[in-house]
Amino acid sequence: MSQKLLDLAEQSSLKEDKPQFEIGDTVDVHVRILEGEKERIQVFSGVVIAMSGSGTREMFSVRRIVAGEGVERKFAIHSPRIAKVEVTRSSHVRRAKLYFLRDRVGKATRLKERRRS
Amino acid sequence: MTKGILGRKVGMTQIYDEQGNAVPVTVIEAGPCHVLQIRTVDRDGYEAIQLGFDDKKRPQGKRINQSQARRSERGHVSGKLGSKRSERRAAAGIEAVPKAECEPKKFIREFRGSTDGYEVGQEVTVADLAEVSNVDVQAISKGRGFAGVMKRHNFSGQRATHGVKKVHRHAGGTGMSAYPSRLFKGKRMAGQYGAKQKTNRNLKLVRVDEDNNLLLVNGSVPGPNGGYVVINETNHVG
Repeated sequence: MSQKLLDLAEQSSLKEDKPQFEIGDTVDVHVRILEGEKERIQVFSGVVIAMSGSGTREMFSVRRIVAGEGVERKFAIHSPRIAKVEVTRSSHVRRAKLYFLRDRVGKATRLKERRRS
Repeated sequence: MTKGILGRKVGMTQIYDEQGNAVPVTVIEAGPCHVLQIRTVDRDGYEAIQLGFDDKKRPQGKRINQSQARRSERGHVSGKLGSKRSERRAAAGIEAVPKAECEPKKFIREFRGSTDGYEVGQEVTVADLAEVSNVDVQAISKGRGFAGVMKRHNFSGQRATHGVKKVHRHAGGTGMSAYPSRLFKGKRMAGQYGAKQKTNRNLKLVRVDEDNNLLLVNGSVPGPNGGYVVINETNHVG
């Protein structure tokens, strides 16, 4: 009963067209950035290595390599600041958290591509 | 009276505002409440309305268990119960006290202040709080039992090493020496923590959901999920 009431409260903050992607996908995350009055879109692309939470608190982590250094960013899926998430490549992965990628560099970070039917 | 209502804490979650900021909110299921009684200066010496929230079960058959409404509780909300006294009073031509004629209630509280515009039996819903921007929320906080000074008063405790023996979570000294040879009153020590009435003041009312009888309040509210709370329009200045 109380979970139902919490869901009702959250409903207005949930996106109707929630971005669809999976663990291991390479994605372009379009983030809205406010600079003074002007709004700008910044793209962060990388591999989705983890998803967590549910409802309005649902988050996902994206990892990429910038100038030889690993960078991870965590986004809230339902945040209005996430304009859209585009999937550029899907891979075949066998676990829900790809934290093992943190220990790998170079060629070893490649994931086997999965063709979507 | 100041605008107020009774409710039940549902739990916490987060929602997004227009700027895209995540706002932590507590969801409170509030009302509909019934006005059970009106206190007047003439009869009671003060003005207040009495609200009741959450229906209490009526007993099935003769045995009454603790969660079911007793005759006195049923008589508080209904004038149709009948008693020798009410018959005598009716015979003597004394007008019966108006009753709310609703289900018996589990949670009953009074709200002090002018009673204009309220009558017994009237329903109070969250719609009455639609214009309110900030509220005070009062409830019984979670009981932590007999708690030490670190949990109860945020003391730092003592070191883990450097010769500290078995007093890692203790307070340090509590006083001075030969003078004054006693403890000052109010010295913070271990003791019962929680299970006490607490008020979180001036909380922003983020949303009033009239269809589902929900209030969304910015920030935390005392007590466990499922606990009863009293919501008042705040009288906090500035």
